[in-house]
Order: sequence, then C-alpha cells, then structure tokens
Amino acid sequence: MTSRSDTPELSALPDDRVGSARLLDRLVLRPEIGALLGAVLVFAFFSVATERFLSTGGVATWLDDASTLGIMAVAVALLMIGGEFDLSAGVMTASTALVTAILATRLGWNVWLALLASLAFALAVGALNGWLVLRTGLPSFIVTLGTFLALQGLNLGVTRLVTGSVQVSGMRSADGYSSAGYLFASTFTLGGTAFYVSILWWVLVTVVAATVLLRTRFGNWIFAVGGSPLSSRAVGVPVLRTKVLLFMTTAGAAWLVGSINILRFTSVQANQGIGLEFQYIIAAVIGGCLLTGGFGSAVGAAIGALIFGMARQGIVYANWNSDWFQLFLGVMLLAAVLVNNALRRRAERVRR
Amino acid sequence: MSPLLEARGIGKTYGSVIALRDVSTVVNAGEVTCVLGDNGAGKSTLIKVLAGVHRHDSGELLVGGSAVTFSSPREALDQGIATVYQDLAVVPLMSVWRNFFLGSEPTVGFGPFRFLDRKQGRRVTRTALADMGIDLRDVEQPVGTLSGGERQCVAIARAVHFGAKVLILDEPTAALGVKQAGVVLKYVAQARDRGLGVVLITHNPHHAYPVGDRFLLLKRGRALGTYEKSQISLEELTRQMAGGAELEALAHELRGADE
Ligand SMILES: Nc1ncnc2c1ncn2[C@@H]1O[C@H](COP(=O)(O)OP(=O)(O)OP(=O)(O)O)[C@@H](O)[C@H]1O
Ligand SMILES: [Mg+2]
Repeated sequence: MTSRSDTPELSALPDDRVGSARLLDRLVLRPEIGALLGAVLVFAFFSVATERFLSTGGVATWLDDASTLGIMAVAVALLMIGGEFDLSAGVMTASTALVTAILATRLGWNVWLALLASLAFALAVGALNGWLVLRTGLPSFIVTLGTFLALQGLNLGVTRLVTGSVQVSGMRSADGYSSAGYLFASTFTLGGTAFYVSILWWVLVTVVAATVLLRTRFGNWIFAVGGSPLSSRAVGVPVLRTKVLLFMTTAGAAWLVGSINILRFTSVQANQGIGLEFQYIIAAVIGGCLLTGGFGSAVGAAIGALIFGMARQGIVYANWNSDWFQLFLGVMLLAAVLVNNALRRRAERVRR
Repeated sequence: MSPLLEARGIGKTYGSVIALRDVSTVVNAGEVTCVLGDNGAGKSTLIKVLAGVHRHDSGELLVGGSAVTFSSPREALDQGIATVYQDLAVVPLMSVWRNFFLGSEPTVGFGPFRFLDRKQGRRVTRTALADMGIDLRDVEQPVGTLSGGERQCVAIARAVHFGAKVLILDEPTAALGVKQAGVVLKYVAQARDRGLGVVLITHNPHHAYPVGDRFLLLKRGRALGTYEKSQISLEELTRQMAGGAELEALAHELRGADE
C-alpha cells in the first residue's frame, strides 16, 4: 500500500523538562501530607499548653474520641474518593444500635444474632442508597439526604412504638452481652492505663482500607469511578458494582460504630448520630479527600479524625470553652480545602 | 477473508433525533478507515455503536463476519474492539501506569489476598510505551500532567498492548497543535503497521488523508460516500468536507438515477 510512506515524519521530541523538584512533586501528591503536618502541630501545641494531654490517661481519652469517628471517616473517605457522599452515615450509627438493642432487649434475641440482623439491615440500606443514586443518576447528596430523613424518622417512630420512650436500654441483661461486649467494647491495659478496644478497630479498619485502596484492583477502581466514571466504564470497570459496594462499606462501618456504642453504653437514644455525618466528611477532607472525588487517602482520613479527637480533648484539658473547638474546626476545614485544591491543581494541571 | 469489523446499514435514533441512517463501512486489518463530517454529523454516534456504548436500532454489525449486538463496552473490548475517546480516554488524577492497566490490572496472590502487581504494572507500562516510541519520564505521575498528545498516545499504547484488533479513535487530534497532532498520527500509523484495523474520526482532512486508506463522509446522519484512497485526492476530500459534497449530492439527485 502506498499510503505507508505518507505518514508524517514528525517524531516525539525527547523530554528535557525533567525537574529537580521531582521528589517534592511526589511528596506533594501524597494526599495525607497536609493532615500529617496539622496533626503534628495540634499534638505539639496541646502537649506544651496542657499537662494532661500527654499523660497516658489523656492519650487514652483522645484516642478513644478519635476512634469511632475515625472508623467512619475512613469509610466515608473511600466513598468520597469513589465520587459520592453519604449523609445518612451518622444516623445509621444510631439505627444499627437501635435494631440491635430492640431485638436483644424486647424480643429476647441473643446479642450475636441481633448484631447479625442489624448488619444485614445496614448493608441493605447501603445497597439501596447506592442503587438509587446510580439508577436515578441524581447526586448522592440529595438521595442520601432522603435516606437520612427517613432513617431519622424511623429511629424515633419505631423506638417510641416499641418502648414508649425515645431510648432503648437494658442491653446488659441480654444473652451473649458479655462475649459481644468483649469484642466491641472492652478495654485493654497498656502502661497501667485502660484503652478502649475501639482504638484497635480503628487501626484495623484504616489498615484494611488503605491496603484495599492502594494495593488491589478494587482500590484502583475506587479512584477510577470517582475520577472519571465515563472513562472507567469505557475501559470495562464495573462502575455500578464498585459504587454500590462503597455505599455498603460505609453502612457496614456505621454498623461497627453502632455496635461499639450500644455495647459500651448499653443504651441508645433514638436521636443519636444526627450531625455526625458532617464530622465524617470534614475529617475525610482534612485527610486530603477532594469533594469532587478521585483523590484522597484512607490514612489521611484516620489522621483527620485524630486531629479532631486531639483538638476536642485538648481544648477541654486547656480549660477553654468548647466554643473554640468549632472555630478551630472551621479554620482547619478551610485550610484543608485550600491545600487540597492547590494539590489537585498541581496533580491535574492540564498541558496542551 | 471477511473484514475485522463491518457495519451494514446502521441506523440509530435518540428519541426523535435521527442521529444515523443507513450507514455502512468496513474496517480491515492493517488499514485505516477515516470517518469525516461536520459537527453533529453522527461520527461519535457511529463509533459509540461500534464500541458498544449504544445499541444500534437498525442494520447489522459484523465482527469477523458474524453479526453481533454489544450491550456494554466490555463486550466490545472482549471482541478486540478498543476505543479511545478524546476527553474520556483516561482518568486524569491517576498515575500513568494505573491508567494503562485500568480494568485489566495485573495481580499476584489468590483469593482475598490478590494484590496489584505494581512492579510488573510499572515495568510493562514503561516497555509498552517505549515500544511505541513514547519516552515518559515517570509512569507514577498523574496522567493529567501529560500533554494532550501524550495522553492520547498512552491510550493508544494501552489498546495495542491489550491485543485490540480494532482501534477506534474519536477525534484524537482535535485539541492538539500541529506538532502534537503529528505525533499522534504517527502512532496511529504504527498501530496500523502492527496489523490493527483503525477507525479514525476527524474534522480535518489534512489529518485523515496521510494515514487513511478509506474515507467515509457523513452528513446529518447519512453517508455521503465512501472512497478508497486511490479514488480521491486531498483536494477533493477537502472540497467535499467544505460543503461541495452536498451540492454534488443535490446535483446527483437532480440528474436522477441514470448514472
Ligand atoms: N445522547 C444523545 N441524546 C440525544 N441526541 C444526541 C445524543 N448524542 C448525540 N445526539 C444528537 O445526534 C446527532 C449526532 O451527534 P454526534 O455526537 O454523533 O455528532 P458528531 O459527528 O460526533 O459531532 P461532533 O463533530 O460535534 O463531535 C446530533 O444532532 C446530536 O445532537
Ligand atoms: Mg463527536
């Protein structure tokens, strides 16, 4: 064929733009760098400003404060990297606790069975969230706002119907309470101080999430469906399955936190959990997640939760009014969003 | 030998919009079929049918001589038909090698302990790109930091590497400068020389003519004509693109069927 020789003879020019700033570029691309710096600053500040912050009792308290928030923040971070939000995540921690408590205390179920049932409930709601979002193509913000309101109503309505009040208590006398409590709500001693086992759950969830995200195919797909769902579909990534699984993961994490709470406090208020969904999102954003999806880190979200816990307890130790915590939160969030934005622009600065 | 891919009288409507009507073309191994036409002519619609993104409403799609209907891009991919879209070829925030392997990631281990083989991923990406003559500084950098031409090249190299038999490119040169467009066309020619059948969509006859073997001209969803390279000159192709073809078709219709 004659056309072969007509091929343009232009060749790819060798690239001479290799910068010496490559290491810096690499570092800057780690989404959790900003959060790590923030955590070090907050830690240093309260270590110097207060006595109790660095005592083992103090450490146990702020780690515990960060732990349940951290479990949720990590799951929410995966979902956000996958390009979606879940506003029902906070209320879901109460719903799962209520299901467990009602089944165990009113119907006399074994606690383990009740836990399994509430897990199934959580996964079903998560799947419904995902399916609705993907089927309708509506923003997950709106769809899960609907689930949020529906669950909130259900929590109050069903609790009032069953107990005549807005709380369920009496877990301690349920069958299987002590063995389940051992797994979810016991303490372990380190250096003479009791630490809650929820801290270990938090670490475990973070390690698993970070490994899945960075080392598995599924993790690759999470970044892809959040970064560009159309490109992902075009190269054969199962977008629907990936996102539905992410919604189910978030709901599953809410079940874990709900179980930790109900077994530790042995009672649950029907209006618990409202407003926490924003704390999860804030922790994930502080940890480097972009609101637009496709970028972020599980470890970062865990560090975001750690900053939360340290600041919340540090302010108490410093004898400041807790109002200052809100101010701190606002400043952290703005700083994180600005840094993330700059990082993203660096990462995707498009050259033509 | 039957062509790799053949469209026979393909039609496609979006609700009441008729995007394609009775369009036919063939794609042979080692040849480039160019699809040319104005905005809204139905070029993208045609390749979306070929790529399995949309299902055609009428006509036949044949792969290696047997009729098929794709219900997802994955099915088309499994038949060796890979598509590179202008804007959605890659995920900008992901690294070059992760993009390269997206959807076909290499893994080690088994069961729940199957992990990405990152070393292999990086190595294969680097060699596959080098084979196409693309020399990247760093396969860990986000694809978004590459130039438009480099991104197209990564997508083309990916399709070639994963054993595509047919490579469909939607306006790969549209947003590129002269030099970058030349680089992309060079890789198109290289894919062709490796025996792939290529479908190249473009607005620009100057990009199509040097690499094309066959030219399909679309206008408002209809085929204005199909030409082998030997049947048409660059000047004629340009003239037809610029609207001359419409006049000619009109004249043809006025003259009646006696030709
Ligand atoms: N999803 C859709 N729904 C409704 N109409 C559509 C859809 N996609 C394309 N069309 C219409 O079909 C016709 C052909 O569009 P198509 O995108 O195939 O054109 P094109 O030749 O690729 O144009 P361009 O050069 O601008 O990319 C246009 O009139 C367009 O408005
Ligand atoms: Mg188009």
